[in-house]
Amino acid sequence: MKNCLVVDDSKVIRKVARHILESLDLTVSEAVDGQDALTQCEASPPDVVLLDWNMPVMSGMEFLQALSSARMEARPKIIFCTTENGISHIKAAVEAGADEYVMKPFDRETLESKLAIVGVI
Amino acid sequence: MADMSAAPTGRLNQGAARLLSGMLEARTGQTLSEGRAWRMETALRPVLRDHGLADIDALAARLLRKSDADLEKAVIDALLNNESSFFRDLQIFDMLSRQILPHIHYERQDRTLRIWSAGCSTGQEAYSIAIQLRNDWARWNGWRIEILATDVSSAAIERARAGAFSQMDVQRGLAIGDLIKWFEPHGDDWRASPELRRMIDFRQDNLFDPAAPSGEYDLLLCRNVLLYFTPERRQVVLGLLARHSHARSVLLLGAGETVIGQGDDFIAHPEFRGGYARQAPLPAHAVGRVRRVG
Repeated sequence: MKNCLVVDDSKVIRKVARHILESLDLTVSEAVDGQDALTQCEASPPDVVLLDWNMPVMSGMEFLQALSSARMEARPKIIFCTTENGISHIKAAVEAGADEYVMKPFDRETLESKLAIVGVI
Repeated sequence: MADMSAAPTGRLNQGAARLLSGMLEARTGQTLSEGRAWRMETALRPVLRDHGLADIDALAARLLRKSDADLEKAVIDALLNNESSFFRDLQIFDMLSRQILPHIHYERQDRTLRIWSAGCSTGQEAYSIAIQLRNDWARWNGWRIEILATDVSSAAIERARAGAFSQMDVQRGLAIGDLIKWFEPHGDDWRASPELRRMIDFRQDNLFDPAAPSGEYDLLLCRNVLLYFTPERRQVVLGLLARHSHARSVLLLGAGETVIGQGDDFIAHPEFRGGYARQAPLPAHAVGRVRRVG
């Protein structure tokens, strides 16, 4: 069973994402910011990270930059999941190494299709 | 003024429901399954509101009282299921890009590619194929490419032709790289690039009275369409698709659809799993439109 790390400072978003991801047969772990996510990734890399943009302590973009220099066996797929829906934000995320991009609000079908595109399901 | 804020009652007048179902079948060939019939009230609420009608009984009465082409068109468009998404059933598109399109490229010495998306809804399927071709342009550059996309719903075709899709639409199935490359922000929505829109000929057309398709197509897609038809009508549609196929054409149906038990126009494709090939030679009834008896 593949693992998804949900990184979001909103408890509600984490809960909604967990509900959808578990219904897609993924195991789910949670992180409240980029630093928390980085610590978890270094300890046990997930298959995919669902990553918010704006978070305290360490933002999604800062997490991406830190992840690129982290020592890990396998780099997880990164799906940005954010309210930043402008084309400039999307391009910046892709250039920084995001594999996919979900614009909030999202639903089950959206997450499912993005996970299929990155090859996790 | 009628109260349009009320929720669907779930007590649909059976006479009105039969009238509307009959109208849908007469105009489009589609039958309303039980699962869609109960949604009739919800689907028709915008039509009731736009025409100042209190309920479906009033709508039925209006339709019986006088001919109103605009109202009939609005009812038909509302009742049709226009659900679609980009790269729907990803494995099919994977097979298209890795096997079927390269195969056609190898076969067609005249560098002509003809594709028909029959029952294209709001166009996501046709745009998905156009994206695949554009992403492999080194292979297809210089080819004459025709993509015909037809649907019985004029509202769906208008949307498809405009190429404008909501944020939710583009997130379903479309890879972010393709969104950046082939779409532009359009207010709160996204619009397909002119290069993509120019590749596709969207036409409102009825599979039971077809005017748009001509000649033979290398690739025919009729996905999640047959399921709305009776077995007899499915055979009619497959006969039409067969007449617009050649011996090496590939037909793709929806994931839950098959040609088995639907006449003898098509057989399982010998090379492409899930695809279908025209029976060769074409059965006599398909050539001469003569129905086999007995």
